[in-house]
Amino acid sequence: MEVLFKSVKELVALAESKEKPISEIMIEQEMLITKRSREEIIAQMDHNLTVMEEAVEKGLQGVESTSGLTGGDAVLLQKYMEKGNTLSGNLLLDAVSKAVATNEVNAAMGTICATPTAGAAGIVPGTLFAVKDKLNPTREQMIHYLFTTGAFGFVVANNASISGAAGGCQAETGSAGSMAAAAIVEMAGGTPQQSAEAFSIVMKNMLGLVCDPVAGLVEVPCVKRNAMGAAKALVGADMALAGVVSRIPTDEVIGAMHRIGQSMPSALRETAKGGLAATPTGKALEAKIFGGASVNSDPASL
Amino acid sequence: MKFRSVFDIIGPVMIGPSSSHTAGAARIGRIARTIYGRQPEWAKIYLYGSFAETYKGHGTDVAIIGGLLDYDTFDERIKTAFEDAEKIGFTFEFFPEEEEKEHPNTAKIVVGDKDGVMELTGISIGGGKMEVVELNGFPLRLSGNYPALLVVHQDRAGLIASVANALANKGVNIAHMEVGRKEKGEMALMVIEVDHIIDDEMLSELRVLPHVTEVSTIAE
Repeated sequence: MEVLFKSVKELVALAESKEKPISEIMIEQEMLITKRSREEIIAQMDHNLTVMEEAVEKGLQGVESTSGLTGGDAVLLQKYMEKGNTLSGNLLLDAVSKAVATNEVNAAMGTICATPTAGAAGIVPGTLFAVKDKLNPTREQMIHYLFTTGAFGFVVANNASISGAAGGCQAETGSAGSMAAAAIVEMAGGTPQQSAEAFSIVMKNMLGLVCDPVAGLVEVPCVKRNAMGAAKALVGADMALAGVVSRIPTDEVIGAMHRIGQSMPSALRETAKGGLAATPTGKALEAKIFGGASVNSDPASL
Repeated sequence: MKFRSVFDIIGPVMIGPSSSHTAGAARIGRIARTIYGRQPEWAKIYLYGSFAETYKGHGTDVAIIGGLLDYDTFDERIKTAFEDAEKIGFTFEFFPEEEEKEHPNTAKIVVGDKDGVMELTGISIGGGKMEVVELNGFPLRLSGNYPALLVVHQDRAGLIASVANALANKGVNIAHMEVGRKEKGEMALMVIEVDHIIDDEMLSELRVLPHVTEVSTIAE
């Protein structure tokens, strides 16, 4: 298969030489690979954006999952922000609450758009709809934001992994937060290289993050990991826009993530056998939800 | 490259909660239904690795049944798949297995009715994408990204060339091709992913080739 870029290095070089944003390179590659027209591709992403908007709106109204483990935190955060005394700032908390809103909808078996997975679906839309109020993008620019995240995600998925079962949470919320950081930079007027730096800065702080869902549900700690993923994305983007660079090149950071994922024991890769899932409370919650008898309760597997 | 489209990354639009355990699982069920070609009367589903450990929490079971009912990943009816199956008399059983498979998210689906049984093994590779790795005992790799032709045939010299020639004569481009066999000279399976949807005329031409036993297609 002929592609325009296989690494972040190639992606940035192409954007620089063509003097185009990364989102544009992604659109061109999509046209090349799928032989579809630009209009069709944009229309599909527009639809995905609408799904994201609706999920955020639904979550901000308050939802609850069947298990009762998650729901309502997005509402709590919005009410707290309305009081005007936040420490970390309204834009950051807005991103956090909207990431939480999306993941609460996901946990409640609502309709979402995977970015790049369902478990990490909050971070990309959460950050987008928060920076929207500050940067006032057009609808087209918001669609481009998603293509930029997709370009970085494409490299990660093909060179490492975006699956928690294969690479732990670093592959899911780690990838999503890094992808979002890169897109925020582009929307804020940063260079392609700064997008890559933002990606690296965030990913370096996600390395080693395990996938240990309580009762095997995409709820605890997934919703809060989306919250913090959104926060890291914004901070990472600001750092890159300030001119901070990563000493380790982006593709090598992605390579490190891949190797760390491969050396993670299976108990920490979405089997619900280790980490938080194996805590006394994690197990008690599981017993309560599934009625005790479970394949996950073998303490020797730790 | 396993992930080819930007919509493999930003997508699919789906019913939560997990892209690999819900959307990917629904897609494995749905491709089994498509290859089987009709609504099965019963299904036995064997789950391995993370699928076996966490299928209840992720709705993997309702998603696979939804797929076997031909529901797409974003179809709200996935939530009521068990009830829907019961209404049409489609029975199913799940077996969480302890055996370790190469991929952590593996499902083996056996479906059947009075006319025949089919066995398919699929893996969910992340972000809602899946691959079929085994069909009726034949190892293969099928992504469901392209329209595909499945040709069951005797393992004979020159047969692959004659199938490829028949396609070339019609201007059909082969995107990817795999051939698997159980034993030398015995039954074999050819999986051909193509760029265009195959019409019935093409299928008839392939069916009359010597040593070809069965031809079926999967639309994109």
